[in-house]
Amino acid sequence: MQAPPAVRFERVTLSYGARAIWSDLSLDIRPGTFVAILGPNGSGKTSLLRAILGLVAPSGGRIEVLGRAPQRGDPGIGYVPQHSSFDPDLPFRGRDLVRLGIDGHRWGIGLPDATARARVDRVLVSVDAEGYADAPIGRLSGGEQQRLRIAQALVGDPQVLLCDEPLANLDLRYQQTITALIAAWRERTGGTVLFVTHDVNPVLGLVDQVLFVVSGRWAAGTPDEVLTSERMSELYRSHVDVVRVHGRIVVVGESTESGFNVEEPHHVPVAVEPH
Amino acid sequence: MDQLVSLLAYEFVQNAIAAGFVIAIVSGIVSGFVVARNMSFAVHALAELGFTGAAGFILLRLSPVFGLLVGTAVTAVFIGALGVRARGRDVVVGVVMAFGLGLGVLFITLYKGYANQAFAILFGTITGVSRGDVLLLVAIGAVTLIALAAVYRPLTFATVDPEVAEARGVPVGALAVVFLLIMAAAVAEAIQVVGVLLILTLLITPGAAAERLTPRPGLATAYSVGIALLCTIGGILLSLVTNAPVSVFVTSLSFACYLLARFVIGPRRRELRLATAPGSRAREKATTA
Repeated sequence: MQAPPAVRFERVTLSYGARAIWSDLSLDIRPGTFVAILGPNGSGKTSLLRAILGLVAPSGGRIEVLGRAPQRGDPGIGYVPQHSSFDPDLPFRGRDLVRLGIDGHRWGIGLPDATARARVDRVLVSVDAEGYADAPIGRLSGGEQQRLRIAQALVGDPQVLLCDEPLANLDLRYQQTITALIAAWRERTGGTVLFVTHDVNPVLGLVDQVLFVVSGRWAAGTPDEVLTSERMSELYRSHVDVVRVHGRIVVVGESTESGFNVEEPHHVPVAVEPH
Repeated sequence: MDQLVSLLAYEFVQNAIAAGFVIAIVSGIVSGFVVARNMSFAVHALAELGFTGAAGFILLRLSPVFGLLVGTAVTAVFIGALGVRARGRDVVVGVVMAFGLGLGVLFITLYKGYANQAFAILFGTITGVSRGDVLLLVAIGAVTLIALAAVYRPLTFATVDPEVAEARGVPVGALAVVFLLIMAAAVAEAIQVVGVLLILTLLITPGAAAERLTPRPGLATAYSVGIALLCTIGGILLSLVTNAPVSVFVTSLSFACYLLARFVIGPRRRELRLATAPGSRAREKATTA
């Protein structure tokens, strides 16, 4: 018997007020899949994650996560939110942030707990963050904070990991480190990854499936199926070229008027091989 | 010293110290959250509208302590209902505060022979509290501490990391309102010691000093309570000996604690320097190379 999909969309429409962000999305994501969710800004990528988290209800259709309806606080889901910074003087350490991932949502004071502490220590080692886990979190670099956020998302042993632009604001080296951490987690646990990003290239070597959303329309499939000039032109309803340079994929629109997600030029010249 | 010991035999001194003890514990814990949630302006508004409540209750010949609490609680509900979102909250606070203070002016005008009590609320009255007031203050303090204990962990989550807290099922919006009500009680309590105008000395300074001493959240709360206790009890005792108002000493002590924490003790703490050392960036490069 085949396991149920990790995430299933059945003719899902999501609206913001009267405006449909995207409509009629049907997609099964099998356990263990790495899905890159791509599309221009404002195309509803974050809303898609929020719908899976049970924070917004779809206006039509049905979403299932791990065989059940989305519910807030589902322990089967780990979540790495979009970058937000911490006050440099906040009396809070990386270790404390990770600990919130275990029982931060429970009522009460939260007394010292040796088991929880050991779990925090283990996950800190697994993301190689134990060296700065006791420092004030607001004084760490963006990359260090991102490792801790991933540790926080993984400490509850989720089956599905949702990441919202986890590579934004990171330099290329650190993008690779964070990508490698997520890859290692998936390898180890067979977990499913839904990865929102504006640039597919840093994760190109990992991606099984791409979900590309543009102005309420969507296309899903393997990167080779979706990231073609034909599919992209269809999606953008305008002439778009998909170019492969040095193992990297660049989507170039002929006009910028409709806000194409033209790959940012600074990504192109660096051209590091994904493997 | 002998003078101090003999003073402790007076009932009004015992009352002041008992009330001050509870008030300091509540203030110390709440101030950590006020600092982390950046809510100084809301504290100020709660205090000023506590004054309006107290003025109204005095006009009706009811307990001013109770009036303070009603004033701060009603304000908390208004701010919570009009602006739970963090953005724009300051605007809502300002709007509510302006109207409420107007009411306070009206109450003062309506009541004759009022100046003494108004002065006491503006600058603190702790050495004048009755046994009944002490019981009321202890009761309010106990309820506040129980509420704080119940929400401490999810409130921390919602304060530090609201996006993930929401995803994990923490009722972030509801907790914002609950915290406003907790603040309302803390403000009504702290006004007894330092008065409306000096409220921030107990509801901001201890938390602000504590965060300069340690990156550990539990320890920071403990330091904050310790500093609030030192300032409150120390202030009451110094006031008894010198006859100068309590708030003069509480504000001086808490300011001294802040300066000491920020410029003397804090900079010597290794655990606070760990990440600011020049190695931080270099280490990042090294581990990824």
